[in-house]
Order: sequence, then structure tokens, then C-alpha cells
Amino acid sequence: MDAILTVEDLHKSFDDLEVLKGISFTLERGRTVLVMGPSGSGKSTMLRCLNRLLEPDQGRVWLEDVELTAAQADLNKLRASIGYVFQDFNLFAHLTALDNVCIGLRKVKRMPRRQAHEHAMQALEQVGMADRCAHYPAQLSGGQQQRIAIARGLAMEPKLMLFDEPTSALDPELTGEVLAVMDDLARGGMTMLVVSHEVGFARRAADEIIFMENSRIVEQGPPEQLFVNPREERTAQFLQRIHAIEGPMAQEQPP
Amino acid sequence: MNLEFDLADWLPHLLDGLLVTLEITALCIGLGIVLGLVLAFARLYAQRPFAWAATAFINFFRGTPILAQLFLVYYGLPSIGIRLEPFTAGVLALGLNTSAYQAEYFRGAIQSLPAGQMLAARSIGMSRLQALQSIILPQALRLVIPPWSNELILMLKYSSIVFLATVMDLMGEGLVLASETYRYFEIFIVVAIMYLIVVLAVTWLLHRLQVWLRVPGLGAGDSIA
Repeated sequence: MDAILTVEDLHKSFDDLEVLKGISFTLERGRTVLVMGPSGSGKSTMLRCLNRLLEPDQGRVWLEDVELTAAQADLNKLRASIGYVFQDFNLFAHLTALDNVCIGLRKVKRMPRRQAHEHAMQALEQVGMADRCAHYPAQLSGGQQQRIAIARGLAMEPKLMLFDEPTSALDPELTGEVLAVMDDLARGGMTMLVVSHEVGFARRAADEIIFMENSRIVEQGPPEQLFVNPREERTAQFLQRIHAIEGPMAQEQPP
Repeated sequence: MNLEFDLADWLPHLLDGLLVTLEITALCIGLGIVLGLVLAFARLYAQRPFAWAATAFINFFRGTPILAQLFLVYYGLPSIGIRLEPFTAGVLALGLNTSAYQAEYFRGAIQSLPAGQMLAARSIGMSRLQALQSIILPQALRLVIPPWSNELILMLKYSSIVFLATVMDLMGEGLVLASETYRYFEIFIVVAIMYLIVVLAVTWLLHRLQVWLRVPGLGAGDSIA
């Protein structure tokens, strides 16, 4: 077993509300794992605790064999090796697409300008946005912005990528281009942890689904098991509701 | 009515004064930018005692008359053994005053940025300081130009109170000339026009700066929301 991310008994509360009640799982190299579950079940909070954008109250997280939750952890260095894609993109508003991808290379990795540019252009090409490198975020569609946000993470050559509902803020006709990029990444062997309800993407790309509800992991397993024959009643109910909205997955086709 | 403009005699004195006005304004604004940023960051990010101290400082200088502040520095400090040159006292009093106002402009601009900007910067491994420097400040400074322009223009005009601390700025020179020649009306028309020209020039320059720094989707006339 070649674990990239190991999560052990993660707890997080906001005031009296316990949002994570002991989350544990392991993410292996090259795997794509989807996290599903009703809103408020703690998915996004969990993701933010993984690179300590939110400070967990309890529990431990390892990136390979380095403990992220250790007091003396070099958090900036560790975060640089974990790509993070936000629901609302969060591209830097004052920078062009190219500079959005470059700035981490320049400031965090201390890469010389020329090399950073070349590197950033490669990442933009990978998400099909090289021709928009001189555009500012406000001049681009949501789908384009999200692809650039993915390139910003990719350029840092991360050990894994975390996606926090990457298509939830997009119009339906724009989700396809973002999911296509994520399909490519999954096929290319990137390790990915994706909070998403995109059933089609789950079927195509996920090696494993984690189903969360009420701040806990209810069930986890390969998509065929969870979708076809879930062990837990709650998983079945939730997936039924998703199917009612998105159509039965038997008819899902790759875009 | 018999108006006489003896510009050949007046202008050399008035231009000397104008130079002093520009020097004082530039130094005050410079001091105000540096101290204003420190105060804004202290209020936003520092630990409680520092944040409170910054808030107290800002409240004091925004809540008391600027003239009282000038007199406190120039006429008041000597009684506790601190004797400042008129020019220094003027720059210090006005500089502290404008830094309090600028701090609030900076703070407002920083707070108006979406929280996701800081989160995204931290997520790619930037330290908080790097994020402030490379992501937050460049955006906040663009947003702050319009309100900050007002502060600069106010400072240009408020600096005229330093003549009350015996500084020979444009106002001071005008007053001396007027009391010598009794041509108050003519001289203060010229003085007023000189202030006006400087204010218009500064307004134009700041507008150029804003246009030059403009980024689509950020700032006045092109808001995201």
C-alpha cells in the first residue's frame, strides 16, 4: 500500500456544532476518490482541515510520511505540494491567467521568471487555456476560470489535488469542460480527492467513493458497489435522490 | 474698485511658500502611507493589545480637531521637554493625522476583498506575509486610490494651517505679503488660484495613475459584484 494521504480521527467543531466527528481514511497514490453526501455533512470542512486552511480540533493527517498536523510542520511547504481547487475558483483578480499560475512558482518555489513562465504555459496548455494566458479572471467564463485554477494547482507539481465542489458554481453547460480536464488528470495518474456530486464523473473516473453524512463517513467503496449495491440505507436514499435529479447513471456517457 | 496685481514682486515669495506646502504635503502623505498601512495591518491582523493600540490611535487623530493636534505638537510638547522646529512639528502633526485616515481607507479596501483571495494564496503555500504583499496589497491599493485621492487633496489644503505654527508655507507667505501691502484681496486670489492649480494637477495625475493600474474586474467603474 502506497499511501499519499493518511487521515486519522479528524474532529472539528464550530462553537457547539460538531462538523467532523472522527474522520479516518487513506488515499493511495494515483487514485481518484470522490466524497459525496448531503450538504452540511462536513465534506468541505474536512477538505479544508486536510491542508489546515482550517485548523482541526483533533486528529492527525500525514502527507506520505510527513505529519501535516505536527506542531513543527512546515505548513507552507506542505501546502505547496497539495493542489487545492475551490468551488468559486478564487483566481487572483489582479493577475492575468499566466501570472495566476506563475505566482506560486515565483514566490513559493523561487523559480526564475523564464522557467516559471514556461512551466506555467505547460500547465495552461494541459487545461486547454494557453490561448487565454493574457486574460484577467473577470474576462473569462466560470469554466475557464476553474480550468486556470486547476492549472495553478498543477503547476506546483503537487503530490495530490483536493477539489472542493469544483463544478457547483458553474452553469450546467460549463461543467463539462472542467470535468473533462479532471478526467484527463485522473487518467494521467494524478492522486485526487474530489468533493462532488457529479455522478457521471464518479462512474468514469473514481476508484472509490466516500459517502459522508452527519459529520461521519457512513460508507466507502468502489463506485459499482456504492451505486449498485450500497450497504447502508442512508447511502441508497441519498444516491436515489441524486439520480432523480441527474438521471439514472446507467445512461451516463462520457462527455 | 482698484485692484493691483504686483505679480513680479509677489510670485517669488509665493512660489517659495508653495514649495514648502508641497514639501510638507509630500512628507505627511509619505508618513501617512507607511504608518497608515502599519495601523491598518495592526487593526486587521495583530494580536489584541496591538490592534487596540492602533484603534485608539486612529480614534484620537480622527476624533480631535487637526488644529488642536498641531498646537499640541508645536506649543504643547515643549512643556514636556520636546522642542521641534516649526516645519518638523507641522509634518509630524499633519502626518499623524493623515495616517489615521489613511489607515481606515486601507483597512476598508483590504476588508472589501473576498476572503477566498487570502485562502487561495495560502493554499498554494504562500506565507501570510507573502500573501499580503503579492495578493492582498496589490488589489487593495488599486481599490483605495479614489478615496485616498481625497485624502491627498485634503492634505494639500489642510497643510495651510501650519502657518499658525510659524511655518512659511504658501499661506504664510501670502499672509506676510498681504499684511505688508494691504492687498489682501488680490494676494489671496492669487494664493487660492495657486492651490487650485496644484489640486487640479494632482487630481489629474492620480486619475492617470488609476487608469494606468486598472485591471478588468477590479476597482471603480468595473466592479465584479
